[in-house]
Amino acid sequence: MRYIRPLSIEDAVGLLAGASGTSAILAGGSDLLVRMKGGFVEPDLIVDIKAIAGLSEIRETADGFSIGAAVPCAVLGENSALKKAWPGVVEAAKLIGSKQVQGRCTITGNLCNASPAADSVPALVAAGAKAVVAGPSGKRTIAVEAVPIGPGKTSLSKGEIIEAILLDSQAPRSGDAYLRFIPRTEMDIAVVSAGVNLTIDEHGVITAARVALGAAAPTVLLVAEAAEALIGRKLDEAALERLAKVCAGACRPIDDKRGTIEFRRKVAGVLARRAATTAYARAGGK
Amino acid sequence: MAGVAVSTTINGDHVEYLCQPDETLLDVLRDRLGLTGAKEGCGTGDCGACSIILDNRLVCSCLVLGAEAEGRIVETVEGMAHGEKLHTLQQKFLEHAALQCGICTPGFLIAAKDLLAKNPDPSEEEIRFGLAGNLCRCTGYDKIVRAVQDAANVMKGA
Repeated sequence: MRYIRPLSIEDAVGLLAGASGTSAILAGGSDLLVRMKGGFVEPDLIVDIKAIAGLSEIRETADGFSIGAAVPCAVLGENSALKKAWPGVVEAAKLIGSKQVQGRCTITGNLCNASPAADSVPALVAAGAKAVVAGPSGKRTIAVEAVPIGPGKTSLSKGEIIEAILLDSQAPRSGDAYLRFIPRTEMDIAVVSAGVNLTIDEHGVITAARVALGAAAPTVLLVAEAAEALIGRKLDEAALERLAKVCAGACRPIDDKRGTIEFRRKVAGVLARRAATTAYARAGGK
Repeated sequence: MAGVAVSTTINGDHVEYLCQPDETLLDVLRDRLGLTGAKEGCGTGDCGACSIILDNRLVCSCLVLGAEAEGRIVETVEGMAHGEKLHTLQQKFLEHAALQCGICTPGFLIAAKDLLAKNPDPSEEEIRFGLAGNLCRCTGYDKIVRAVQDAANVMKGA
């Protein structure tokens, strides 16, 4: 096995594109090293991306925020501008693991690990986040929801690296929120989860919405019908009930030790309701 | 496998070592450098027994490669006492009997040190959340929390 710490994204892409055998990208390592320890992966090449300029920074751009692929989640929680603009995304990122894991884990890694239960992903999808992908044929920007294609699988091809996650500046009168259900108070994997981002007009009528569910299907679900249930309405009881019903219906969950299909459907609706209520209040709705 | 040459700073000392590319920093500390304070509990980042501070961040050394320590600053439990004089947290852990078997203790000490460095006056809840990444199967945690509260009070007055 080789361990290489390139100084540029081009070098990292070149190493991965030219590698024979199994290669792995290392940022926080909180998934990779666990898989190596368990014998689930034995990389021939590890490319540590933390020395690449800019990848460990959160930049405020003209359009919003660019969160480098190697930025630990703890740093997201310490960025007051990001917290103010996207409290739901930051809350979701801060739910991953312990303080020890927070010091290492990244939202890009959370996305590329492609777990259906990844905490930051529904929040990012609700927020309309994008991923900047660097690869052998240049750079492209894709929606975050286009990255995971199944448990543990991504749409990235050989040699491709996500170098940053982009979040727009939050629109006026907008708010986001993320909630998950776990059977203990913290440090657990979501049984089911919901992220909501919405914008209201000056009368409190919802003009735009994105609703995403986690651990409810093989990949994160962006539920268009749930957004439709909200748009054009105030967040009254009827809208919330409709939201919960649509979310429960959109789930394609599995039965496992964490929860049953029936439980996940029910709780997906409950969490969507509660996340929408928080997002609405954050947008200034009453 | 070719070894990786690493130059780093551990507890204020410049240290150089050779390690395998897939070797964890925990294994380097324990097996190559003789710093056996950090313990391997789970080896998967769940128990916190291998906690260290890396560039001012609390991390599990089992989830860091030895090769990654190049040019960085590592703090382990061995750096807490000054000669024979224990760190206040160590003294308070003794006074409050905040340990029994001791396997988790170095991890708790370093996590508590990191917690108090960033939040010198934590509430009980903040201590419990701050130390939630460290598991102890002996004490039931109350004695640990009390020791950290007492240490915080002493350190604030210092």
